[in-house]
Amino acid sequence: MPQSAEKVLDHSSLFRQPEYQEMLAKKRESVEGAPPSEKVAEVADWTKSWEYREKNFARESLCVNPAKACQPLGAVFAAAGFEKTMSFVHGSQGCVAYYRSHLSRHFKEPCSAVSSSMTEDAAVFGGLANMVEGLKNTYALYDPKMIAVSTTCMAEVIGDDLQSFILGAKEKESVPQDFHVPFAHTPAFVGSHVTGYDNMVKGILEHFWKGKTAEKNETINIIPGFDGFAVGNNRELKRILDMMEVKYTILSDVSDQFDTPSDGEFRMYDGGTSLEATEAAVNAKATLSLQEYCTPKTLEYAGSFGQETAALHYPLGVAGTDELLMTISRLTGKEIPAELTKERGRLVDALADSQSWLHGKSYAIYGDPDFVYAMARFILETGGEPKHCLATNGSKAWAEKMDALFASSPFGRDCKAWAGKDLWHMRSLLATEPVDLLIGNSYGKYLERDTGTPLIRLTFPIFDRHHHHRFPVWGYQGGLRVLVTLLDTIFDKLDDATGEAGADISFDLTR
Amino acid sequence: MSLDYENTGEFNANLIEEVLKAYPDKAAKKRRRHLSAAGGASEEDKGEGALSECGVKSNIKSIPGVMTIRGCAYAGSKGVVWGPVKDMVHISHGPVGCGQYSWSQRRNYYTGTTGVDSFVTMQFTSDFQEKDIVFGGDKKLEKIIDEINDLFPLAKGISIQSECPIGLIGDDIEAVARKKKNESGKTIVPVRCEGFRGVSQSLGHHIANDTIRDWVLDKGEAEAVESDPYSVNIIGDYNIGGDAWASRILLEEMGLNVIASWSGDATLKELESAPKAKLNLIHCYRSMNYICRHMEEKHGIPWTEYNFFGPSQIAASLRHIASYFDETIKEKAEAVIAKYQPLVDAVIARYKPRLEGKTVMLYVGGLRPRHVVNAYEDLGMEIVGTGYEFAHNDDYQRTGHYVKEGTLIYDDVTSYELEKFIEGVRPDLVGSGIKEKYPVQKMGIPFRQMHSWDYSGPYHGYDGFAIFARDMDLAINNPVWNLFDAPWAPKEQPLAEAAE
Repeated sequence: MPQSAEKVLDHSSLFRQPEYQEMLAKKRESVEGAPPSEKVAEVADWTKSWEYREKNFARESLCVNPAKACQPLGAVFAAAGFEKTMSFVHGSQGCVAYYRSHLSRHFKEPCSAVSSSMTEDAAVFGGLANMVEGLKNTYALYDPKMIAVSTTCMAEVIGDDLQSFILGAKEKESVPQDFHVPFAHTPAFVGSHVTGYDNMVKGILEHFWKGKTAEKNETINIIPGFDGFAVGNNRELKRILDMMEVKYTILSDVSDQFDTPSDGEFRMYDGGTSLEATEAAVNAKATLSLQEYCTPKTLEYAGSFGQETAALHYPLGVAGTDELLMTISRLTGKEIPAELTKERGRLVDALADSQSWLHGKSYAIYGDPDFVYAMARFILETGGEPKHCLATNGSKAWAEKMDALFASSPFGRDCKAWAGKDLWHMRSLLATEPVDLLIGNSYGKYLERDTGTPLIRLTFPIFDRHHHHRFPVWGYQGGLRVLVTLLDTIFDKLDDATGEAGADISFDLTR
Repeated sequence: MSLDYENTGEFNANLIEEVLKAYPDKAAKKRRRHLSAAGGASEEDKGEGALSECGVKSNIKSIPGVMTIRGCAYAGSKGVVWGPVKDMVHISHGPVGCGQYSWSQRRNYYTGTTGVDSFVTMQFTSDFQEKDIVFGGDKKLEKIIDEINDLFPLAKGISIQSECPIGLIGDDIEAVARKKKNESGKTIVPVRCEGFRGVSQSLGHHIANDTIRDWVLDKGEAEAVESDPYSVNIIGDYNIGGDAWASRILLEEMGLNVIASWSGDATLKELESAPKAKLNLIHCYRSMNYICRHMEEKHGIPWTEYNFFGPSQIAASLRHIASYFDETIKEKAEAVIAKYQPLVDAVIARYKPRLEGKTVMLYVGGLRPRHVVNAYEDLGMEIVGTGYEFAHNDDYQRTGHYVKEGTLIYDDVTSYELEKFIEGVRPDLVGSGIKEKYPVQKMGIPFRQMHSWDYSGPYHGYDGFAIFARDMDLAINNPVWNLFDAPWAPKEQPLAEAAE
């Protein structure tokens, strides 16, 4: 009997004990109807061949292991960054359970959102009754200052009109007439979660800005974009902005909402951009997006108020952060303080100290388009080669931008951007053209298992490692942290490869 | 076997009234019917072993806007019933999200080579775009099935798990399934589990059961499987963290042959073979009673419920299962119970002193809110409240056999209610899901996820009970709960101790 009270074995070791191994082998043998193991091995090898790769890339309809989610997830994330705002997702209720779970699993934090719980009758008659009753209940139970409405694909397919429904609900006194109920249509069959982010931020701005005439002031707006590292990143961003003495409004700041303390109180809402500031943001002289692909419509809308707009691609690394600081400086007329220049020097110093370990390393990178761009750019700065860069929700325009990035560095020569491809494509890339390191999220662990490429988790979602998102990857400080993460993986891998007792050539104390 | 403690029904009844005050009238009226303090069992029910009467309304539409914890029919079909069938590819048919959020989240363990002969922890989606909504997705689905057969030749079959748009745009996935089955010879199962159908995951279970009946069993040209007088099926065990394995080992030790495991670690062949068994053993009654009833009617296979949570129920279940067989099996069942008794004694000796008298509130799916009660009681813990996301009336009837009079009962609880109930009751432990975990922990109350076993498990069987006991202890007796108050904070009520 493998189990004991003294040393309790759970799944991670229990099923490796002989009693279970024997049982599982017998099951496979006698009842499963499994293919012979030689056949499995043969097919497994074939899936890693060039022949398979070509077949795999010839796929036209099937999507396997995509690296993207659907619009409403981005909308729920964006809405969470405003003061006391409850997301209300109009449509089927299961979707909302999924968004909440998904965000909670990444942030290890509560995630609140409600559904209008539409069922078959609403599919026939429309969801107006659900909206009327739902807004009333949400308002009564959860004490929000704002309810941000988005849609699941069910409501989109049947064509529910949020604007008229919300007006209707207000007429029926679900919420007071002057209560804030911004909305965004977020069809899951268009774009991805980054599109939903854009639509929701725009929806909220429209709610507050519509019909207003901007009276220019010295403030700038900053939109961080969908970002699993928002907790650490937004705080780092604010530190930098404060150092530069910039007047700013972050439009959607989830850093406190997804990082509430444990002190005995459950805070359904914490922090976020105040509604006052959101309204006043119409008067900003400029709006800066930190992730271009998360904000095309929002920036266009801000521009329509005469604001200057600019967009970056996730300010990570030396040049990425330089660009952030210079853009802010340009938009505000504020100088970049000496202390930040010093921080820059420290990051460059660290890169110089470690350059011999990074030079020539090859990488595969996947994630949202802005992240992949930023990460590849930083890898080029380290003398690495970002060979396979993949964004399932990347467009042709993104791939062209990536190509321009590759062309800007000798280390980009053999690199390629894969727009619209998924992680099963990535598996073929890694199997046929191996690289030293893989940068992605938790889903990448299956690629690590299948191809032996060490995985570095640096983007959303990260389910199987804890608290990474609490530390920034943006700015020079964030760059240091990314650098250390890369180096740790490289050194750990080297130690693993050389550290066998009795065969420990190169198991060096100092590296 | 039942532990001696009392729940105060009056306190709970008052708490319910207090909580309902926040609702608008219409919603309060609807919600009141889902909440109660368990009443006394009738004499007749007592005669059948009931301890209390848990009569609340259930399996009714959730109210809009209240933050129900429930999921949908797709979650019940793809996520629960079909997803674990390992050598089939399950297409999340529609937009990308449903498949993405449910990808690898249920911890249905399996053996096999993922991507080659097994596919459970992969996300296959038709990734619907606007044009698919406008022009229909049947053509695309056909192409997808061809591509799967091409790229995953060892996949034994395919299921099509419909997401909301499929039923709304009028696609004929059944026609596609028939056509492609004829072409490829492989089993192809169209499942109409659109998320807007029904009121929770539950209808998805039912629809999934029906598709097993219609597209697997009834089509079954099942090859002759070896079956003997001791052949049984495990039904309704999804092998979360290896539960079905920790169960199977006991059944085999008592001399039974498990010829099919539905659907944790299952293969298509195991689905097809099931009608050859002599007895269906059903763990999760809620999600798979339908197919058991079908096999009883059509194939004459009796079925019986069992409970492998905690030693009291395991021993009772082993004896009950053995009662369907001859003396050799009965003797072996006794031998199994005797073999594991020292382990049980040691686990209880170690953990009971650390857990005795601790109170627990549960809110889970359709089985565990009652099935785990005695496992807690075996450790000296007390169940003060329980409720289901998607139970039906028959589940609440069964619950009366597990919980005491006065226990707080909540059906399809809203986040608001759950938070207020927990505040009012201040249990020592809450067992629920990922969405509930962090709010509860912030309140200073220990928590275990009781869907995923909080990344632990198995919890079934004797091996699982040791892990269950360890996990409840580590949740409750972790020092972090004493760190919540800063030493300089004004002394209010100490948090973790307040529940005592």
